[in-house]
Amino acid sequence: MNDILRNRTAKRCVLIVDDELINREILGNMLVSEYEVVYAENGKDALELLKDSHYQFSLMLLDLLMPVMNGYDLLNIVRSDPAFDALPIIVMTQESSAEVDSIKAGAADFISKPYNRPEVIQARCARIIDLYEKKTIISKTETDALTGLYSKEFFFEYIRNIEQAGTDIEMDAMVLNIEHFHLINEIYGRSEGDSVLRTVADVLHKQLDGNIWIGSRTDADTFYVYLNSLGDYQKLADAITKETSGISHIPARIRIRMGVYKDIDRNDTPENWFDHANLACNQLRGDYTRQVNYYDSDLHDKQIYHERLIHDIDSSIANKDFIVYYQPKYSIQSEEPHLRSAEALIRWQHPELGMISPGDFIPLFEGNGLVQKLDRYVWEEAARQIRKWRDKYGITVPVSVNVSRIDIYDPMLEEYLLKLLDDNGISTSDLMLEITESAYSDNASRLIEVVNNLRKKGFKIEMDDFGSGYSSLNMLTTIPIDILKMDMKFVRNMLKDEKSLKLTELVMDISEFLDVPVVAEGVEDIEQLNKLKEMGCEIIQGYYFSKPVPPEEFEKFIEKEGGSQK
Amino acid sequence: MITLDKLREFGADVDEGLARCYGNEALYLKLVGKVEDEPNFARLKDAIDSGDKDAAFEAAHAIKGALGNLSLTPMSNKISEITELLRAKQDADYDTLLAELFELKDSLAELCD
Repeated sequence: MNDILRNRTAKRCVLIVDDELINREILGNMLVSEYEVVYAENGKDALELLKDSHYQFSLMLLDLLMPVMNGYDLLNIVRSDPAFDALPIIVMTQESSAEVDSIKAGAADFISKPYNRPEVIQARCARIIDLYEKKTIISKTETDALTGLYSKEFFFEYIRNIEQAGTDIEMDAMVLNIEHFHLINEIYGRSEGDSVLRTVADVLHKQLDGNIWIGSRTDADTFYVYLNSLGDYQKLADAITKETSGISHIPARIRIRMGVYKDIDRNDTPENWFDHANLACNQLRGDYTRQVNYYDSDLHDKQIYHERLIHDIDSSIANKDFIVYYQPKYSIQSEEPHLRSAEALIRWQHPELGMISPGDFIPLFEGNGLVQKLDRYVWEEAARQIRKWRDKYGITVPVSVNVSRIDIYDPMLEEYLLKLLDDNGISTSDLMLEITESAYSDNASRLIEVVNNLRKKGFKIEMDDFGSGYSSLNMLTTIPIDILKMDMKFVRNMLKDEKSLKLTELVMDISEFLDVPVVAEGVEDIEQLNKLKEMGCEIIQGYYFSKPVPPEEFEKFIEKEGGSQK
Repeated sequence: MITLDKLREFGADVDEGLARCYGNEALYLKLVGKVEDEPNFARLKDAIDSGDKDAAFEAAHAIKGALGNLSLTPMSNKISEITELLRAKQDADYDTLLAELFELKDSLAELCD
């Protein structure tokens, strides 16, 4: 690239090689106004000039029949030397039969003798120089400088070339990813990260050379490989893991993910083949048991289904296809259990797909942040409902709503909630906020700050799913909370195995230490209830009392508590 | 002293030759003047004399290229005829053909004096 820039400010240099003075001078005269022209009488002299670093030739015009060293010999020498890859050669000949041979030998073009009009020759020279300079620029972006693999654009271009040549060999699309690559760069330095990437490319060569394959590094740590079907990819994955884990300063094993779309569909586009392989690769995220995943159409159907859900979320919010259900929570320490509060749970009554389970869309929307829209929808519905029941029965049923991780990062969270309460004329103690414990591991200091501010305003914070994942005592002592919600698997198993019972007791002890009540979820029968009551559990939620129900149905619980319509 | 008119009389396609020299009359006439000293004429004669048709072909071919570029039509025609015979390795009366070529060369040299 620098060479080209340099040539732009100076005249490009052209070498004319011909043993006949008359020919040299006529040709030189045509080119001298545009180029710096250098002459050689034979191939040997020409080669010396080419190797002279003083000259940077943009073009060589070469006569074929010369004494000492003829044009063919020079052509062969120059074309087999990579140092001259960027030098175009135009062969000059009287023989039309020699033209094809010289093109085959690597000439870029030919000029016949007697020479054509100067304008024609000038145009041909200019065109060839331009072509080769562009080619040189292109070849610089054709490959990734670090690994020598193709750049993404060229990778797909070459796949199309391979396919155009017409093949019925079974081909696969493979995507390879290095887990937590940015951490390797951050911890061990960029050069270590680079050597991991280079090693991956080396192993690909070692393992795949001999097959039909081309590869690309499309992204920092993402490799695309198009190859004839290997059958089993585990061997390749193992080889890469083994080689990359032997790199000097990195003690940890490098984990890779590999997604394979086998036997590509030639009716589809190469980009889609790799989308499929990518999907299979991404499915392995967080899965520490497998390194290779194969794309299948179920996976694809699921992807299409997810895209549909993402597409429909806004219209379903506008049309109120999302319905908020309420599950009652009962205080059990008194003689008779009595209604204490409710949890708001979302359901999706899709106009075409029917009832969709929250398990199908909540994780999806949590993953892409759309859950924030659902959360706000639920908050609004719940706030309106709390007010409605209060107006109708004179009783306030506090409702717990979910606050997702993404909401914690919303700087307007507090303001939004306060306005919502204000609009509905209810107080901060009426709308309880459930935060899942996994939010803690994300950004603890941010979470603590947000929770503290919300509590100062009077909100009650419930720690949801306590015991399900990353619970730590440290977390409990640093995050101020008002209620612990025990993960339902404790209750489900506590009468079946001793360990779960012990853990349930432990949670009860922790709550006592923190001086906060425990809500036990998933209570289904009287035995569980009695056991929990005996352990000192104050609040119970579960099918024993009721499944989540629509607001109209929930009203019977209010009425049972003595709430009567005003 | 050679001139364009004299060359025309000689039978050269002056317009074509001049165009090839990008209209540079001085260069054209200078290069026409170089024909007399063209070393391949001697090489051609030696090769014919010693019966080496390959060497003769190479020399004739080189001369043909140069004369063609100068559009010296009568000489070009003659050297082309010789070149093609040599290419085919045909037996021919090369001495006569060469004598005719050299006669043309001499008369061109006279024009240049």
